[in-house]
Amino acid sequence: MLSRTADHLFWMSRYMERAENTARMLNVSYETSLLPQSAAAVEAGWEGILSISELLPSYLSLYKSINPRDVMAFMVKDVDNPSSIISCLRAARENARAVRGTLTTEVWETQNQTWLEVNRMLKSGEFERDPGQFFEWVKFRSHLSRGVTVGTMLMDESLYFMRMGTFLERADNTARLVDVKFHAMNNDFFGAPQYGAPETESTQEYDFYHWSAILRSVSGFEVYRKVYRDVIRPERVAELLILRPDMPRSLHASLNEVVSNLALVSHDRESDTLRHAGRLRSELAFGRIDEILATGLHAYLTQFLDRVNVLGGRISREFLMPLAA
Amino acid sequence: MRQFDEMYSRLPASGDAGEVRKHYEAYARWLQAQDPQMMASRREEAEMIFRRVGITFAVYGDKDEDGSGTERLIPFDLIPRVIAAKEWKGMEAGLVQRVTALNRFIHDVYHDQEILKAGVIPREQIEHNAQFRPEMVGVDVPNNIYSHISGIDIVRAPDSAGNGEYYVLEDNLRVPSGVSYMLEDRKMMMRLFPELFSQHRVAPVAHYPDLLLETLRASSPATTAEPTVVVLTPGMYNSAYFEHAFLAQQMGVELVEGQDLFVKDKFVYMRTTRGPKRVDVIYRRVDDDFLDPSVFRPTSTLGCAGLMEAYKAGHVAICNAVGTGVADDKSIYPYVPDMIKFYLGEEPILKNVPTYKCRKPDDLQYTLANLKDLVVKEVHGAGGYGMLVGPASTKEEIERFRGALLANPEGYIAQPTLSLSSCPTFVESGIAPRHIDLRPFVLSGRTVQMVPGGLTRVALKEGSLVVNSSQGGGTKDTWILQD
Repeated sequence: MLSRTADHLFWMSRYMERAENTARMLNVSYETSLLPQSAAAVEAGWEGILSISELLPSYLSLYKSINPRDVMAFMVKDVDNPSSIISCLRAARENARAVRGTLTTEVWETQNQTWLEVNRMLKSGEFERDPGQFFEWVKFRSHLSRGVTVGTMLMDESLYFMRMGTFLERADNTARLVDVKFHAMNNDFFGAPQYGAPETESTQEYDFYHWSAILRSVSGFEVYRKVYRDVIRPERVAELLILRPDMPRSLHASLNEVVSNLALVSHDRESDTLRHAGRLRSELAFGRIDEILATGLHAYLTQFLDRVNVLGGRISREFLMPLAA
Repeated sequence: MRQFDEMYSRLPASGDAGEVRKHYEAYARWLQAQDPQMMASRREEAEMIFRRVGITFAVYGDKDEDGSGTERLIPFDLIPRVIAAKEWKGMEAGLVQRVTALNRFIHDVYHDQEILKAGVIPREQIEHNAQFRPEMVGVDVPNNIYSHISGIDIVRAPDSAGNGEYYVLEDNLRVPSGVSYMLEDRKMMMRLFPELFSQHRVAPVAHYPDLLLETLRASSPATTAEPTVVVLTPGMYNSAYFEHAFLAQQMGVELVEGQDLFVKDKFVYMRTTRGPKRVDVIYRRVDDDFLDPSVFRPTSTLGCAGLMEAYKAGHVAICNAVGTGVADDKSIYPYVPDMIKFYLGEEPILKNVPTYKCRKPDDLQYTLANLKDLVVKEVHGAGGYGMLVGPASTKEEIERFRGALLANPEGYIAQPTLSLSSCPTFVESGIAPRHIDLRPFVLSGRTVQMVPGGLTRVALKEGSLVVNSSQGGGTKDTWILQD
């Protein structure tokens, strides 16, 4: 298939996945902000959202303070913010439009319909009336988009590049989420000075909401209970989201999908990209959470994000935009 | 002015139901029986589906409030344009004849120039024509076919006895568009009104992409039994992008942009995820000027450097061929009947509209004296831009055109204002007659063939004669109806 076509398919899925993850984060923050808590805690939560996407500086150039309404407006409907939901959905649809002939009718119409609908919802004020409902809608459009892809696309390269995009983006987004949320709790939560400080009842309670919010943002609350049958402990949350191969939004599960789809498009030829992806995946497969925490979670995730970024670049150079004739 | 309506031999008026032509009778009865509410909701349904499917065209220069290019729907009218099968037979024969002669002409122009030597067409008309491509002189193309896909615009106007007479208004031999609307309009009609198709024997058109693929494969220069065909598009912001994507998908071939192609050792390749892949046939939807920056416009990023070399070496087919514009130019149009006689020794089946060539002093004088009654067209204009419709223009517009004409008479032709035939159409106030034309798509490969009918365009503004979608025109499904 055309390299440019593969590129559009890859990015179409990435943007759709990004829209979903942004909606997930915003939704959880929105729900959390309805709980009684200090103004400082509320602000810290919303600030976290902006730092996840590395958007704090551009947000502060537009708004004076960090408050739910402005952050949501910025992250949902600001067309000048390339990471806003509207920008992601537009980019997904534009990429789809560029290769609409390669997509099944159902996949294309799903993307196009999502784009038409989101514009309608934002113009009509539906989003402001019920942000929660809107975030759910975005999430379900993404579910639909993935489902219609798997359910209708021929199982060839087109599908493999789309899947690769989805899971590379998911690996990135989950890593960012874990990083920022753990970071918000404490300066490098694990191994940092505050670890082991006496817990008061109120911090315990706050912890519960904090960790359960992270879990819910990746649809992992029930999963956690099912897997660990235990109260919510930060190190287990980290383990679930980083290392568990059966948790669909974990780094490990995402990398598994990236590697298997890469293998499918690499055929028999030697692929440096595949080798790198495989190595990253092995570290997740054979890693242990106590080792990761001992080195420092933040340092670990920062390095992981760098490597995912490099992997994206390699996929691009090897398959999507080959420079050499 | 005399009027000819496709559906009514006598238009309905207050207290008079009018008189319906024979081939429209069954449809008229059906329409009569429909609830206006239902028709209105069908219209909305059609619009909703077109939007969801994304059958849109981009309007040059227009911007949405959020800064992206506007995507507009081409209005679709629910009332079909019906042509009786035996009438179509004559038209089809005329189209085959005309397109055959045009292809012979283009070949001749780039080879022996017999028609110029015989004095049928003045030599300077060709050699001074901006659409004449010296690069093509002496270049042989497969089957000597240049215009593989021809969009021939046909209009109908009443003769002195009030009978409808078909005229060719324009030959489009470069990158004619609109065929996707012909196909989508039919699909929409069958979806909205399946019962109509069980009551009428409407000739199908859905096999067009098949014929197109057959035509393109037949033009392959390669010895390979399985030529690789691609559609070359300027990209998703082109106004006809939907059509490019649609045709590529329907034919099951790659839709490429210039950046996807490269030339090595005079062969054309596309960049794929598995490395370079050779391309044998390019159905290009990019104008000559943009095809190869090393030969034509050097700033173009829409084409591929080295393409012309590969083409001239016979390693790739370009459809339509480079240089077909020399035959569809409005200054050449008046000579097409002469071409038919010259190359085929036949009388033209389809009529030309009488045309005044403003480069001739007598014709210029006549044109200047009759501007308010004439249609004046720029020789190189297209898409309904750069033309004057005398009867529909203000004094100022006419005077402005007079100035332009005097400054550059060679740049214009003039024609009597034809009263284009009308067809009942849904408008704000209900159903009213609106002017229409017809663009059949003629395919020339090993044989000349076409699907029955074509794209009917309709001028939605009352009294307007301009049917172009860029000027607010709409489309209708076109039925070739067997008895």
